[in-house]
Amino acid sequence: MGNGTSIGSVRGLGSAHSGSHHWLLQRFTAMGNLILIAYLLTAMVLLPDLSFMVVRHWISQPIPATAVALLVISLFWHARLGLQVVVEDYVHDHANKFAALAALNLVAFGGTAFGVFSIIRIALGAA
Amino acid sequence: MAKASNRPMSPHLQIWRWGPGMLLSILHRVTGSGLATFGLGLLLWWLGALASGADAYAVFQSWVWADLSSLVWSGADIIRSLIRVVLKVVVIGLTWSLFQHLLSGLRHFVLDIGAGYELDTNNRTSAILPVLALLLTAGFWALIILR
Repeated sequence: MGNGTSIGSVRGLGSAHSGSHHWLLQRFTAMGNLILIAYLLTAMVLLPDLSFMVVRHWISQPIPATAVALLVISLFWHARLGLQVVVEDYVHDHANKFAALAALNLVAFGGTAFGVFSIIRIALGAA
Repeated sequence: MAKASNRPMSPHLQIWRWGPGMLLSILHRVTGSGLATFGLGLLLWWLGALASGADAYAVFQSWVWADLSSLVWSGADIIRSLIRVVLKVVVIGLTWSLFQHLLSGLRHFVLDIGAGYELDTNNRTSAILPVLALLLTAGFWALIILR
């Protein structure tokens, strides 16, 4: 690893200077998760049952649809940041680490898009 | 080594005594990784099934929350029934993971502001949180099942 000297930085072994940004985003998304998960779990307990008609009608309303869409975004963002740290801790080979992080980004974006699209489809009443 | 000594060798990679803080730290990572993979996968399946229609939602329900008394235990259905039982355990495990990760995450917020580092306080809160997570999990399922 680089020892913080300028030649170490030039070789790409110095600080990335983005650690505190990552740290803060992990906290911001955690706060979002906390509020929105509490909302979702409360709704799941208060709904008369979890059948298709009941859940679909609930989630199609403006506020639940917005909340669950935001939850999907916040959860995937938080998961992406967290798994990035796990990968960086355990995958030491440069090529494998790059591949794992690239795959992680693709899955995180894809998952978010699928979740948000599903909620939009429900909320706008298609099918 | 010149001579054997009873003096503590710390830090050491393999020889250490478990403490509540270490348990909470690894639980936070394990539950977080589980939620980020299986938990989010399940969330997407749920939303996708809701968006796809009643048939897709019925398929989701039959796998993820099967009626255990209706499972068939003969022929090729044994494997399907086994998967349904495992999925039920996974779903309950994921709710426990959620509460455990949520509580140790709240602990992180407290540590972030510089509080809770005194040894007694740290050990006590670290030991209480796993118990609290189990209680919250039991409470949540009680509310769902007994409604």
